[in-house]
Amino acid sequence: MSEIEIKNLTKTFEVKGQTVTALDHISFRVEKGDIFGIIGMSGAGKSTLVRSINFLEKPTEGQVLIGGTDLGSLSEKELRRERRKIGMIFQDFHLLEQKNVLDNIGFSLEIEGKKKRAARERARELLQLVHLEEKEKAYPSQLSGGQKQRVAIARALAANPDILLCDEATSALDPQTTESILLLLKEINEKFGITIVIITHQMSVVTRICNKVAVIDSGVLVEEGLVQKIFESPKSDAAKELIFERKIRHTPLRRLDAARTIRIVFQENPAYEPVISNVILKAQTPVNILKADTKNIGGKAVGEMVLGLPEGQNIQERIIADLRKSGLIVTEVSVDV
Amino acid sequence: MFDQTVVNMIGTGIKDTLYMTLASTFFGYVFGLPFGIVLYVTRKDGLRPNRFIYFVGDAICNIVRSVPFLILLILLIPFTRFLVGKSYGSSATVVPLVICAVPYIARVVEASLHEVDAGVIEAAKAMGAGKLQIIWKVLLVEARVSLLNGAVITTGILLGYSAMSGTVGGGGLGDIAVRYGYYRWQTDIMAVTVVLLIVIFQLIQNAGSRMVGWIDHRKR
Ligand SMILES: Nc1ncnc2c1ncn2[C@@H]1O[C@H](COP(=O)(O)OP(=O)(O)O)[C@@H](O)[C@H]1O
Ligand SMILES: [Mg+2]
Repeated sequence: MSEIEIKNLTKTFEVKGQTVTALDHISFRVEKGDIFGIIGMSGAGKSTLVRSINFLEKPTEGQVLIGGTDLGSLSEKELRRERRKIGMIFQDFHLLEQKNVLDNIGFSLEIEGKKKRAARERARELLQLVHLEEKEKAYPSQLSGGQKQRVAIARALAANPDILLCDEATSALDPQTTESILLLLKEINEKFGITIVIITHQMSVVTRICNKVAVIDSGVLVEEGLVQKIFESPKSDAAKELIFERKIRHTPLRRLDAARTIRIVFQENPAYEPVISNVILKAQTPVNILKADTKNIGGKAVGEMVLGLPEGQNIQERIIADLRKSGLIVTEVSVDV
Repeated sequence: MFDQTVVNMIGTGIKDTLYMTLASTFFGYVFGLPFGIVLYVTRKDGLRPNRFIYFVGDAICNIVRSVPFLILLILLIPFTRFLVGKSYGSSATVVPLVICAVPYIARVVEASLHEVDAGVIEAAKAMGAGKLQIIWKVLLVEARVSLLNGAVITTGILLGYSAMSGTVGGGGLGDIAVRYGYYRWQTDIMAVTVVLLIVIFQLIQNAGSRMVGWIDHRKR
């Protein structure tokens, strides 16, 4: 049984007499212990999707099953109890501004009807986990963004959930803080076996900690699978665009005359330079390197390179064939990527 | 400067004014706070939208608030007599003051609650909070500074209205000001009562600001 199963989920909104389809027949499963990324451009429907997982948004059509329980079949009260098993954090933290750190973290226990003392005790435990012991008396306004998100994570974990939903949890943070929050999420996943769903528009977040990913484009799930697979050979336009993170579009390098652009992905192969230079030597023609980058995907170093090939169908095919023969994954990239 | 009777009269006036203002604020909130919560909860983007209840509540608010206070005072005389046993004096003035204050307070409360970040409410829902818990533990807590500011403004307004009701025998400093200043041209007594009203107003404002400082954890 999957931890989360989304079946044929559709969500429409009525806006000024018009129907907006935010999610269009989406189905996927998240298994226990997964760190599952959901990636898409702004407005793709990610937030609506993640809010459907704990039924903050009721689907227009389709089902959400949590540990086999169909949320649509629950009464209001049962649903509230079910939600306690699903923690959630947000881009803007959404902490209670008038409560201190300790009482923010204990809030979900307070809701459950736990005694204040017991709630505070548990809150202290969690403060240790998120490394903020010295801030227990502070108010949210006195914390940095990263610290606020740590408090939010502690709050989401207080009730011992099985699942943690993160809606753009690092989008308001600088790269360094993002890294530390992602590491914390990873640690939580490993230590407690909590299934994590991460919504983001940044591929770097997915490649950093997710094992699986679903790509959403205009409310449609266009691609889904292991992060490594999709990173190596993205099929959908949306996935390609997200993998490039549009960086390449704005570099002057783009103006280099490339008749055909390809992307190669290679793993833990320190010999990639000879491979490329060999190809170049063999073809007797220059190749433009439009982009080169390495990423850490699930602990493995994965490199990617975008090459502009010279004119000539024959020579292009030969270069691609040579690269493939050397064990590299080659995909075609449209010129305007 | 003044003889003992005048001093006594002014002393009683201060007491009556404070009594009318504070009692009407208190009872105003006893009814106005739940009323405001109901408006907030039932409005169309509220916790539990209900068109009918909101429409009725909204209409009551607008109607009562558009009747000038003096007219309300006169219209309510039978009701006041029924409730307090007489239609003059400071206790009798509290009745129309409360009726006038309730819809105003409801609006102020509704607006204050509306200031609470929707995201915080969403986070509470995600934690499994019910609607009552959201009202008690999130809305009223997070909006408390705005609520208190609203209460301070309301108290100031009721102070002014209580003085106005003096013209129809309501008692208090406003009554004295009108009787001595307007009818008898004893400007010195009038001046003293006006100054006293200003001082009371200031004290209320200052006490309010100080309390806001104590309970607000958003700054610094
Ligand atoms: N409550 C709502 N009412 C109307 N339209 C909405 C609502 N929530 C989301 N939408 C629409 O659904 C689409 C997806 O929104 P959202 O899930 O927030 O996207 P993302 O999180 O990927 O940026 C957008 O077109 C948005 O305008
Ligand atoms: Mg979003």
